[in-house]
Amino acid sequence: MKILASYNIKGGVGKTATAVNIAHLAARDGRRVLLWDLDPQAAASFLLRVRPRVKGGGAALIKGSRDLDAAIKGTDFERLDLLPADFTYRNLDLILDATKKPTQRLARLLRPLAAEYDLVVLDCPPGISLLSESVLHAADVLLVPLIPTTLSVRTLDQLSEFISGFNGHRPKVLAFCSMIDRRKRLHLEIAERLPTERPDVARTVIPALSLIERMSVERAPVTAFAPRSTAARQYAALWAELAQRGL
Amino acid sequence: MLTGEDGRSSVDVVRAGLAPRFSLALSGRSRTLRQTWLDTFDWRLYQARFTLEHRTASGLSDYLLSSGNGEQLTVSARSVRWPGMAGALPPGPLRDRLAGLAWVRALLPVARATSTVRQLRVLNDDLKTIALLTVNQLAVPGPGAAPPQARLLVTAIRGYQAQTGWIIRALTETAGLVPATCSALETALAAAGRRPGDYTGKVDLQLTAAMPARRAVTEVLLQLADTLQANVPGTIRDTDTEFLHDLRVAVRRTRSALKLCGDALTAGTQQRYAGEFKWLGDITTPVRDLDVYLLGYDQSADGLLAATAAELAPFHAHLCRQRETERAALVRALRSRRFAGLMAAWRRDLGSQAAPRRGPAAGQLAAGRIHRAYRRVLGPGSRIGPGSPPESLHDLRKRCKELRYLLEFFASLHDPAIHRQAVRDLKGLQDCLGEYQDCQVQLHELRMFAGQMRTDRRVPATALLAMGELAGQLGQRETEARSEFAGRFADFASAANQQRFQALTAGARA
Repeated sequence: MKILASYNIKGGVGKTATAVNIAHLAARDGRRVLLWDLDPQAAASFLLRVRPRVKGGGAALIKGSRDLDAAIKGTDFERLDLLPADFTYRNLDLILDATKKPTQRLARLLRPLAAEYDLVVLDCPPGISLLSESVLHAADVLLVPLIPTTLSVRTLDQLSEFISGFNGHRPKVLAFCSMIDRRKRLHLEIAERLPTERPDVARTVIPALSLIERMSVERAPVTAFAPRSTAARQYAALWAELAQRGL
Repeated sequence: MLTGEDGRSSVDVVRAGLAPRFSLALSGRSRTLRQTWLDTFDWRLYQARFTLEHRTASGLSDYLLSSGNGEQLTVSARSVRWPGMAGALPPGPLRDRLAGLAWVRALLPVARATSTVRQLRVLNDDLKTIALLTVNQLAVPGPGAAPPQARLLVTAIRGYQAQTGWIIRALTETAGLVPATCSALETALAAAGRRPGDYTGKVDLQLTAAMPARRAVTEVLLQLADTLQANVPGTIRDTDTEFLHDLRVAVRRTRSALKLCGDALTAGTQQRYAGEFKWLGDITTPVRDLDVYLLGYDQSADGLLAATAAELAPFHAHLCRQRETERAALVRALRSRRFAGLMAAWRRDLGSQAAPRRGPAAGQLAAGRIHRAYRRVLGPGSRIGPGSPPESLHDLRKRCKELRYLLEFFASLHDPAIHRQAVRDLKGLQDCLGEYQDCQVQLHELRMFAGQMRTDRRVPATALLAMGELAGQLGQRETEARSEFAGRFADFASAANQQRFQALTAGARA
């Protein structure tokens, strides 16, 4: 079982759209996929039409009094399951802080699901916190949506530096340019330059497209409701690049 | 699984039954599905509460393995010819699971049907699918086919089991659908005049203690004749090795029944058939011995320390060639007039066994014969010590087998709990004696095979050396079995087991 986290320190960069579409594509390719919506805003749960409620809340899951298995919901897509968000996830840092080895906790909780799933996709809330640290320790690959600006590139460097300080397991980082506004010259310049300069940036880019925003109206992955659209094709290319890099 | 009261399910009926809490959406077009169910000849999947279904439709050819507790595994595959082994399917979890269930037995088609399938989704307020409904209009081929029966399969989506429970209640209580009393497989089988589990290699009879002994023995022998003949086609076609095994067991049981209870039949029956069934048993021995070798071959090769599996390969090839030669002789014998004549005459004679006016009852006969067979195990067994010759253990093995067969023939006359325990202790002793005998026979044959292979110039010396290592393995297993004997016999001869046999043979005449 591989663990992929859609993560960025910054918010509003397309993490949830990435997590949902990549999870859907992986399931469509025959992998057994679990998407865990770790963000209390519950956008991924909303997009997949699952009510954001976990019995016992985040505390029950993190402390282990309720198995992850019991909280999982089947989605409308074959082989794609969802562990929904819950509003109590806003306190996950505090809950984790009260456990032993909090940064290892997520990896430990996910381990029993290894026989059931080929891929776990974590949709993470923004920020650097105890929760995100636990995500970084659990993940095999960090997929980092990056708005092509100088400041965004700086946060990617900060993240890479932070991970390089880990002992033992370190996730592979793969950033990609997201929400590219074709009217902005800087976006286009950085999006073109970055993949050639940095091996940790994917060649695939995801433009800012209204169809991606429409996911919240259709309440489905764009790869499902508009599979032939540019948006779907770009996500498929990103998924292919991830698979090529050993995911 | 639910079926409509009038034999048909209607989307409108279902929709009305679920409203207003849930709505319904059609999922794609209806399609025609051809289904073939597969199982082993002795229904291993069915007994383990599994069904294996080959489903074909436009653009679909897959295998679905379902368990009684709702677990499902699928694999896409085309062009698999059945009967065949589970290994014919593509590698993956389904094949792995199936291999464990089917063991060394081949899978064969047991029933066929054609269905018109339509899938519906049950939606909640968020228009999220919470359950899948599959409307299945089953049609079974054949002149005696039952009328088509509409079935509705409700599949829960993970995490929505409670809602699925509500859906089933709503459909049965409000929409008037009735829970199906049999599976699609059972429906298809019934249309073909069959029922699942209609073959078992075990003796499965309901005798009574008061019935005339002759009638009881005749019923036992008729069932054994059925088992024997049921396994002939699979043996001739070499569908799998266990057809021959079951055939041999039926022959051995027949011979034992004739030897131990044949005097209950009309005069002369025992003498007329004993020789012919010995012939039948003898012609099956060479192939079965080679089968035993080949079935255990991989394990033996894995256990080699000095030699490699590749060095042993010529031995495998030799075994396969020998088996082909012996099998040709066996098939000739099973297709011979002698065999056909034997079975026809045997059935005729069994059919004309009129119950005598006087004579023992089945209970009396069973108690007496089991008592005698038990004494013939207990006495000689207790005299076997570390220095006893191998022949004494071989003789004891035969006596144990006779006792076991008698217990099986008359099982329906016994208290099930006492019977089960008595058989368990006897089986422990038989396993030990069987292992000892198998090792001795295999060692003897291994020497014979080595002699045959030595004359073939193409066989390298390394193959003979590897076979020498196999002989070492067999020798070690033989020694272990011999050393286990005393403990196994002590269990069998324990005071508690003696009491069990006293209970089983109460009222026996000496």
